[in-house]
Amino acid sequence: MATTTTLSTGEVTPPPEVRAAALTPRSVLASLRRFARTPRVGQRQRKPQRLLFLRNTKALTGLGILVFFALLAVVGPWVAPYDPNQVSPDLLQAPSLAHWLGTDHTGRDIMSQIIVGTRGVMIVGLVAGVSATVVGVLVGVTAGFVGGVGDETLSALSNVFLVIPQLPLIIIIAAQLPSAGGMTVALVIGATGWAWGARVLRAQTLSLRKRDFVEAARANGERTWRLVLAEVLPNLSAVIASGFVGTVTFAVLSQVTLSFIGITPVSEWNWGTILFWAQNNMALQRGAWWWFVPAGACIALLGMALALVNFGIDEFVNPRLRSTGLHARSLRRRGIRPRVGFTPVAREGRP
Amino acid sequence: MSAMSAKTTTAEPVLEIRDLSVDYGYGDDPTHVLRNVSLTLNRGEVLGLAGESGCGKSTLAYAATRLLAPPGIITSGEVLLTGRDGRRADLLGLTDGQLRSTRWQDVAIVFQGAMSSLNPVYRVGRQLVDGILAHRKGMPRVQAEERAAELLSMVGIPADRLRSYPHQLSGGMRQRVMIAMALALEPQVLIMDEPTTALDVVMQRQILEQVMELRDRLGFSVIFITHDVSLLVEVADRIAIMYAGEIVEQAAAGDVYRRPRHPYSHGLLGSFPPLHGPRRELSGIPGSPPDLRRLAPGCPFAARCPHVMDVCRTDRPVLGPTAFASTGPGVATAAEDGRLVACHLHAQGSGPVPKALAR
Repeated sequence: MATTTTLSTGEVTPPPEVRAAALTPRSVLASLRRFARTPRVGQRQRKPQRLLFLRNTKALTGLGILVFFALLAVVGPWVAPYDPNQVSPDLLQAPSLAHWLGTDHTGRDIMSQIIVGTRGVMIVGLVAGVSATVVGVLVGVTAGFVGGVGDETLSALSNVFLVIPQLPLIIIIAAQLPSAGGMTVALVIGATGWAWGARVLRAQTLSLRKRDFVEAARANGERTWRLVLAEVLPNLSAVIASGFVGTVTFAVLSQVTLSFIGITPVSEWNWGTILFWAQNNMALQRGAWWWFVPAGACIALLGMALALVNFGIDEFVNPRLRSTGLHARSLRRRGIRPRVGFTPVAREGRP
Repeated sequence: MSAMSAKTTTAEPVLEIRDLSVDYGYGDDPTHVLRNVSLTLNRGEVLGLAGESGCGKSTLAYAATRLLAPPGIITSGEVLLTGRDGRRADLLGLTDGQLRSTRWQDVAIVFQGAMSSLNPVYRVGRQLVDGILAHRKGMPRVQAEERAAELLSMVGIPADRLRSYPHQLSGGMRQRVMIAMALALEPQVLIMDEPTTALDVVMQRQILEQVMELRDRLGFSVIFITHDVSLLVEVADRIAIMYAGEIVEQAAAGDVYRRPRHPYSHGLLGSFPPLHGPRRELSGIPGSPPDLRRLAPGCPFAARCPHVMDVCRTDRPVLGPTAFASTGPGVATAAEDGRLVACHLHAQGSGPVPKALAR
């Protein structure tokens, strides 16, 4: 990625052939476009390489599920068939046409609870994930890049945060605050959950900083911020993305756990709240599977979606793996398994 | 060097590459980087692979050993390895386990960046011993250590260096250690992928002389990949010149050097100063190799060839006998029969071969 330094003399002289023909920039551009469009001999037209990420089946599946939950989070309260708090005489009903996912012990509609509860889960995941990732990248990359005292200080800081037990901390904070809702949980997780990411990023930055392409960029006179942003950061994107996904998963699970054990207000609907009510009213013993299975499935589905997106990102950010990732299905169909050290053999005749 | 090394060659093939084709990319529009390449390595022979960067030398060697990294894929061909017992096996058809046990034992590779192929946290001796023990199950460790010491002294490093870490050795020594390691299991085929490119000329010469001496003593065959043709002329018995993923000329080293038959070989030889004989002007080859993603029909060298004809732009030449072979149209000489060239100039009825290619 080393950009060559141009000695700027203030004036840019066009190459001789351009000057000789006295072409205007516009006509040069037009002829270039024409040239680009003319199919050359023996060349099949290549598809434009756009939205590559979306051609990956895993990433697409994961994104689909995420988008579905995100939509539900936005429009939930309007599309829910009932008010999740509305008590009705249909106590503990199994799924029926009126209540697709049944009702709880006071006749409240469980599907409505799940739909309305999506928002709380998604917001906590997003806020915690974004804040922890931002802090983690700032601390980790800085520590790795500056070295010396700065590194020591930031490393010490992340080591301190690493040993803070998050769940007990949230419980204590929740006990102090008059109302510890989803936002509190999200912010506490964001403020304490960045340390692992920072540590991994620091290690990776340390190794990247010494690589030849960074040294070359430095020798070419690139500024430090450009070295960090343009040379180092793109190489960290897989680590950052997986850190983000991991934090989101952790935040969602923490929130569900806290709601489940009744730390956060039970009036605030999320999937954990449903499990709290199910547990408190012995849903399992009463055989009311519809009470806890859908909420559990939603949690699992969200986790799966995040993991799938993570796989997709992994394959996408590494240009070497891209061809493999993009053609995973056709490779499977042709029975080809790309591996390092065992080049696949596919004698199928040339097209 | 070539005078003394030419003796051990016999015509018994040890590695036979037939019709090997390799694509890069798994999509519906892959790049065909090797197109039906055939090459035979005889027992005890040093075969040089030469050509510009990016013409498929390393790809050929790695594909033949199935070491090509993704997104490489082998789309056709066979690689027949004749074992010590005379049985032939297709390397492309082996299971993973079989392939793994074949490696190093039958085919060993010295990599381009061999100096960084050593693990910096283990002593050199341990790395040698580990390799030997992995393939020689049941060999006592002491015996493996003795063998390691023997290997080191074979490549001219004192045996007490077994206790050294890689960083304590010079670049040349590390390279020798890698060669010793490659020879540890007495392979039949040693593939050397630009093994001395990172070394200075003196070290390069020492190491190569050592390899050639070992070859005479142990009788393995070598595929030597380099873009340094003058070096190749000296060490190789036979040379295959590659261009744009194809072999364009194949002949004995001295013949390629003195009497190139393909315009590309001629150009390549004109790009470096001769070590002996009168001084001549370096000509080089104008232009650069074609883009393999959009290869035009016809000869890939047509655009740069000084002797280009109409047929070159439409028909792809195939590897065949030269115009001077006993079956060809030119004046037959006995030495021509083993030579192969892929050029329309040498085809039947294409008129006299240009003077530069008819020496």
